[in-house]
Amino acid sequence: MTANGILQLALFLVLVLLLTKPMGAYMAAVFEGRRTWLSPALRPVERFLYRIFGVQEDEDMRWTTYTFAMLMFSVVGGLASYALLRLQGVLPFNPQHFTGREMTADLAFNTAMSFTTNTNWQNYVPEAVVSTFSNMVALASHNWMSAATGIAIAIALIRGFSRHSVDGLGNFWVDVTRATLYVLLPLTTVMALVLVSQGVPQNFAPYAQATTLEGAKQVIAQGPVASQEAIKMLGTNGGGFFNANSAHPFENPTPFTNLLEMLAIFLIPAGLTHTFGKMVGNTRQGWAILAAMTFMFVGGLGVCTWAEAGGNPNVAKLGVMTTATPGQPGGNMEGKETRFGIANSALFATITTAASCGAVNSMHDSFTALGGLVPLLNLMCDETIFGGVGAGLYGILMYAVIAVFIAGLMVGRTPEYLGKKIEKYEVRMAILAVLILFANVVLWTGLGANLELSPGKDARTFADAAGGEEAAFVKAHPTAFWNHYNNSSPSTYYGATYNNVNNSGAHGFTEILYQYASQTGNNGSAFAGFTGNTPYYNLTGGLAMLIGRFLMIVPLLAMAGSLARKRVVPASAGTLATDTAIFAVLLAGVVLIVGALEYFPALALGPIVEHLQMIGGSLF
Amino acid sequence: MVTDIRDIPVAAAPPPEAAGYKKPKHAPSSLFDPPIVKRAILEAFRKLDPRHVARNPVMFVVEVGGIVTSFLLVRDLFVGAHAVLFNFQITVWLWFTVLFANFAEAMAEGRGKAQADALRRSKTETTARRILADGTDRTAEERVKATDLRKGDLVVCEAGDVIPGDGDVIEGIASVDESAITGESAPVIRETGDRSAVTGGTRVLSDRIVVRITSNPGEAFIDRMIALVEGARRQKTPNEIALTILLAGTTIIFLLAVATLVPFAAYSARAAGAGSPPTVFLLSALLVCLIPTTIGGLLSAIGIAGMDRVMQHNVLAMSGKAVEAAGDVNTLLLDKTGTITLGNRQAVEFIPLPGVAIGELASAAQLSSLADETPEGRSIVVLAKEKYGLRGRELSGHDTEFIPFTAQTRMSGVDLNGTRIRKGAGDAVKRYLVEAGGSVPGQLDQIVTGIARAGGTPLVVAVNDRALGVIHLKDIVKGGMRQRFDRLRAMGIKTVMITGDNPLTAASIAQEAGVDDFLAEATPEAKMALIRKEQKGGKLVAMTGDGTNDAPALAQADVGVAMNTGTQAAKEAGNMVDLDSNPTKLIEVVEIGKQLLMTRGSLTTFSIANDISKYFCIIPAMFAVIYPMLGAINFLRYGPGGALSTPESAVLAAVIFNALIIIALIPLALRGVRYKPMGASAVLRRNLLIYGVGGVLVPFPAIWIIDRLLVLLRLA
Repeated sequence: MTANGILQLALFLVLVLLLTKPMGAYMAAVFEGRRTWLSPALRPVERFLYRIFGVQEDEDMRWTTYTFAMLMFSVVGGLASYALLRLQGVLPFNPQHFTGREMTADLAFNTAMSFTTNTNWQNYVPEAVVSTFSNMVALASHNWMSAATGIAIAIALIRGFSRHSVDGLGNFWVDVTRATLYVLLPLTTVMALVLVSQGVPQNFAPYAQATTLEGAKQVIAQGPVASQEAIKMLGTNGGGFFNANSAHPFENPTPFTNLLEMLAIFLIPAGLTHTFGKMVGNTRQGWAILAAMTFMFVGGLGVCTWAEAGGNPNVAKLGVMTTATPGQPGGNMEGKETRFGIANSALFATITTAASCGAVNSMHDSFTALGGLVPLLNLMCDETIFGGVGAGLYGILMYAVIAVFIAGLMVGRTPEYLGKKIEKYEVRMAILAVLILFANVVLWTGLGANLELSPGKDARTFADAAGGEEAAFVKAHPTAFWNHYNNSSPSTYYGATYNNVNNSGAHGFTEILYQYASQTGNNGSAFAGFTGNTPYYNLTGGLAMLIGRFLMIVPLLAMAGSLARKRVVPASAGTLATDTAIFAVLLAGVVLIVGALEYFPALALGPIVEHLQMIGGSLF
Repeated sequence: MVTDIRDIPVAAAPPPEAAGYKKPKHAPSSLFDPPIVKRAILEAFRKLDPRHVARNPVMFVVEVGGIVTSFLLVRDLFVGAHAVLFNFQITVWLWFTVLFANFAEAMAEGRGKAQADALRRSKTETTARRILADGTDRTAEERVKATDLRKGDLVVCEAGDVIPGDGDVIEGIASVDESAITGESAPVIRETGDRSAVTGGTRVLSDRIVVRITSNPGEAFIDRMIALVEGARRQKTPNEIALTILLAGTTIIFLLAVATLVPFAAYSARAAGAGSPPTVFLLSALLVCLIPTTIGGLLSAIGIAGMDRVMQHNVLAMSGKAVEAAGDVNTLLLDKTGTITLGNRQAVEFIPLPGVAIGELASAAQLSSLADETPEGRSIVVLAKEKYGLRGRELSGHDTEFIPFTAQTRMSGVDLNGTRIRKGAGDAVKRYLVEAGGSVPGQLDQIVTGIARAGGTPLVVAVNDRALGVIHLKDIVKGGMRQRFDRLRAMGIKTVMITGDNPLTAASIAQEAGVDDFLAEATPEAKMALIRKEQKGGKLVAMTGDGTNDAPALAQADVGVAMNTGTQAAKEAGNMVDLDSNPTKLIEVVEIGKQLLMTRGSLTTFSIANDISKYFCIIPAMFAVIYPMLGAINFLRYGPGGALSTPESAVLAAVIFNALIIIALIPLALRGVRYKPMGASAVLRRNLLIYGVGGVLVPFPAIWIIDRLLVLLRLA
């Protein structure tokens, strides 16, 4: 770790903390329906939208109605995306002339669910599979909708705490409209323009053909990158325009854009903690939440940076210099952009997995065992460390309810959070949400690590599609279809689902584990190298993302409904204070012990043993 | 035969400092009383019944683990398998874990059971003297069995009779020995009015009373008491249910974590090319270590012990819910008289008018009070004696006539050889003076209002037509009350004093006693309105009461403690009955309620924090063949003898620690965590440090020691 590196990490943290308050206060004003400086321009638009869609602005929805509206919004959006992806061959803005066959049914399902759930897991190479139209209409639209949905749900949960003795949690359509219009639209507009100024392309041109100095032909993909890049970061979506994501010079051309993109990831999640404080009438409550998040974030960042800067001792043993010098970054540079180096790669990786963004500027798969453990652990904290837009806040509030329950008992009262009694219903919903997320990761991983879909444990690649050998194989082993690589003919049949890993041993296990953790947490980053584009992984991944998103949201909205109905118990000296440093520490402890400790056996068999093996000299 | 039963000392409210943690009356004194332990051991085995264990999701999982491993062990014995000693030990310790939890619960119940037995013995077959049905002639009686009595029957009880059932005294007055119920040997007075409730099974010591029976057989107070102390009707309280859900949730999470370890291990074995997935014995061991067995095993014991602690304070809580609610109380309504102040006002000062010698005033005041048997009257005599050396004089003879207090004159006094000495309320004496042709000095009003403003009661003393001065009667605040209210304030509880006094007097006493607020000129309606107002603001209200007119408020309050001396209606309305009839005890009940919740929360934290250490020895041991390098994170490998530690000893040590910690924490569960009145943040910091950080650290050395012992004993 160099002083320069530490300075950059500190600069980032300071900027996040400085932006939290103005961002949070602004969003509180927006969702409480107060006038903001953008109202003169946006309020008429907002009203017009309500008129054409028939939204009754003052209709207050019960939690069931709110949930139903949210689910319908997502289901319709998801189905539409599926249809558009499948039909991209006949739709306009297809300068790449994709036929539509690239998007197989299972891949389209995975992709549609991925963007609907704010995951942006990409089992495909975007520039080789997705047309400009698909990118903008079927996918980027979800970057907005899923982000706005996340914010709306966080706001509804906040209202559960801030309101009392009422049934209503607000109006989903109004919340989604305001989140889009007042929050996402202005921010993305500004950010896209700044990105363009830094050299990010924004056009509808066909891919450029270039001849390199060596005389080789090269195809350079381009398109409306800046606009998608902005929402990809601000909406913590993470789905790249290019396969290389934010490591690609067109997505992330300069150190400045790198900083900007990292800030954009945390901007809304951090701001929402302050919005929370504002709306519940005590800003210290928001700061306590932010403190718990920051505490966990800095811990993870420290380990990740230290591990990456330390590099692999086995490399050092070979006489390669791994210590940093003014001329070279040292440490583990495999899979990292030299433009970003150790500090900014570790920082980006920690940020993107803490917040459920999933954009990457380095390959997490190439991190050292412990360096890669941090992003994985971030995912396993159920996206509570800043988390996705909205998702981070409602995730950590889920843990806050559990923390308050245990700590509240310890101070000798029926636990209360923000004046609301935490009783069996709230506890049941919070623990149910935790349980669903955990089950979703470990059950899929357990299955993926062992399922044998065709005879023989080895993958089988056919040399020639025309030979008929492949057809005969599939006919003899129909189940093999489920784990064959899409988009290629002749294709590879992986047989067992554990053959899709890029590396053998413990590292391969981590790849599978990481995939489902990422999908459950709606993160979308990958331990790249893993081959996910097979029917099996497309389908199970799509399901994992749906469960991770909606089966977490429904219990939390039910909890919000129950909380809103409760009376407020006035605070006294006997009430557990939840706006203190000790509560922040406790909250972080509960996330780590209740949320992440359950993954210890899995981690022991993945990154932990890999690290010990690395010390012992064996590599994969 | 006692001539006047009022001479019998009434079971006096203990002084406030003694009302704290005094020696329990019913319960055996030691926590581990040999007969109770013996019974608990037997009970622990009886409670292995799966239908019983199923009530507790955590222990149920352990028991299922025990059953499965037992079955496999027997099968292995026939098939002939390896590691039988290890598997046998794991199985045995799984069963011990369940047994220890059962033992904890049985221990908690033991004290109540012993007490219930004692109560049952006192419930002997009695006959009742029932007044014949028409009820017009209250001397015509018939003898019936107590069990034949029905609600509304009238019975006669005379000295020596056992009162056959619960009821209200509707005629007469008697002293009653209630030691069977309260454990208090001093007799109490029962008469019509606010001290009318009598309890079946108690004995009349003197006089004759007529009692209207208020309960049918089997529903009597003593029956309810037996059921309560025995825990037969114990229902889970709201917080206990919520905690059980949390524990069940974490149990399912860990069940999944352990179950998915099988496919994870299968992958790893394939990847490493060595070993095989862990056996069911190992998996069961890991599962039992991870699920919160410590709190799961002690949870019901904590609840029962909490109820029992309330009982040891001689308070009968009708449900655990009431005790739990006591911990949540925000507002405490306390009657001024008898709770905050000693029941009676006392003379503290004689203030003479100008030109009157203080001795003369004291003498007149004493003379006027000689025949006044009220506590106030007696205190005047005592003050005159102590301060001015005036001995009580024997007044007799034809020329002495005592004038008793009447509601019309509002004065009392004595006519002595034609000298009329009077004392009474200011305006009454003034009127008397004017009628007698005397004058009212200007300073008199000044003195009277001065005393009233200070919260005292002024009594004007006059001789013939001349006013001498004023006696200052004062409410005496019980010792230590201010400190108790400070303690309550530290816990975040607001105290409100309820009094019939005027606002001026009330404010003064409130200030002296240190309560937060007061309700002056309180009527039952005003009291009720206050409770409703507080509850509307989301607060929980506790109060004590005894009279029939308290019943609605007792029912409305979240915690209503009825005095045992009170009326049957009050006892029915409240959710607790204080057998000692000591109103300040409410404070202890609040503390017990808080302590109950704290104990649950602290042990939950401890239980979950324990998991960290267990992971660090079981996981490496479990994968010793597949990934031997994982041994590096096994803390048992470090320190002296580390090389001898085996994977078997590591797993066994964790399982044994996990079982023994339940036994080790039984005293804590029964006694409750140490409670100090302080603010929530301080309590949290303290308990988090002890049970959170302690919970993380303690198992490391403990498991390490067990591991070494196992190696030494060659058990693993």
